[in-house]
Amino acid sequence: MSEISPIINTNAPAPEGFSGEGFFATQLNDLIGMARSLSLWPLPFATSCCGIEFMATMGPNYDLARFGGERMSFSPRQADVLMVCGTISKKLGPILKEIYTQMAEPKWVISVGACACSGGIFDSYSVLQGIDKVIPVDVYVPGCPPRPEQILEGFMQVQALATSESLRRRDLPQYKELLESYNIN
Amino acid sequence: MEFTNNFVLEAISREFPESVLATSETYGMISIEIKKGDLKKVVHHMKDSTLGFTFLTDLCGIHHPEMPEKELGVIYHLHNLVENRRIRLKTFMPKENAEVDTLTDLFAAANWMERETFDFYGIKFKGHPDLRVILNDPEMGYHPMLKEYPLEDGTRLDKDDTMFGR
Repeated sequence: MSEISPIINTNAPAPEGFSGEGFFATQLNDLIGMARSLSLWPLPFATSCCGIEFMATMGPNYDLARFGGERMSFSPRQADVLMVCGTISKKLGPILKEIYTQMAEPKWVISVGACACSGGIFDSYSVLQGIDKVIPVDVYVPGCPPRPEQILEGFMQVQALATSESLRRRDLPQYKELLESYNIN
Repeated sequence: MEFTNNFVLEAISREFPESVLATSETYGMISIEIKKGDLKKVVHHMKDSTLGFTFLTDLCGIHHPEMPEKELGVIYHLHNLVENRRIRLKTFMPKENAEVDTLTDLFAAANWMERETFDFYGIKFKGHPDLRVILNDPEMGYHPMLKEYPLEDGTRLDKDDTMFGR
């Protein structure tokens, strides 16, 4: 489905560049992109069963730490990836949006599970029909709930985004337009 | 005197012959339909007399669109903790300006439960200290448990009727 296939190795090869005796030259873009992708700090926003799967993802069996995500940031100000795991009710929508706006750039959002992606089985007056109604989402992880491997793959997609994206994504007109369409800023 | 359902029923009907509209018993628990205006009086008596129904277990609303005169109802579950006996009180009213007396001055527990009933059914509780929406989004502006709304969210764009066989 997706255009971006994860190409991250856990042994993190150096980005393309020239090396010689005692020096290595590469683009700053690549270097920072690599650094960012290997130290993404997730902010778990776990409301239901997807949150339990996320906890398993963090645990030693699946070990999100292998991908640089071991440092859960429970403050949005120090977080890079907002992981929304679970059903978001309409009443919670504005709070989610506020948390997103409190995160510093660069920031990414993973929507974990059917409920966060589309409302899931809760086709109801009280449930937000997908968090992309309130905040922009970078990666959707399907499943009800998704397995930890799927969450890991979603995380790796964000790593791929972090390595390949422009360093100053926030300055792009498209990005500004996107945020504008969500009434953020 | 043994504290049986019949005893309770008789005590209440003797004390408030005008207020008791109907009674029934299901699975060993009695329900009494009370005239709307007298409900607080009856509950107060049941709490403070030797009947001893000192605990308000639950309070909730109900909507019967097919009965215009008794369209909205409030149901109270009371519990006598000493005798371990429960009782159900019901009161009904038409939908326009649905309002019953609050029980907050008898049971503090009624506060949030009445707010919830107001939130979901739009029934007002006269004398409630803080009758605001409690669970739903305050901006929502309607009472979702009334049986006049479609079950599905109309704002949904990704569900195509042709794909779901409807």
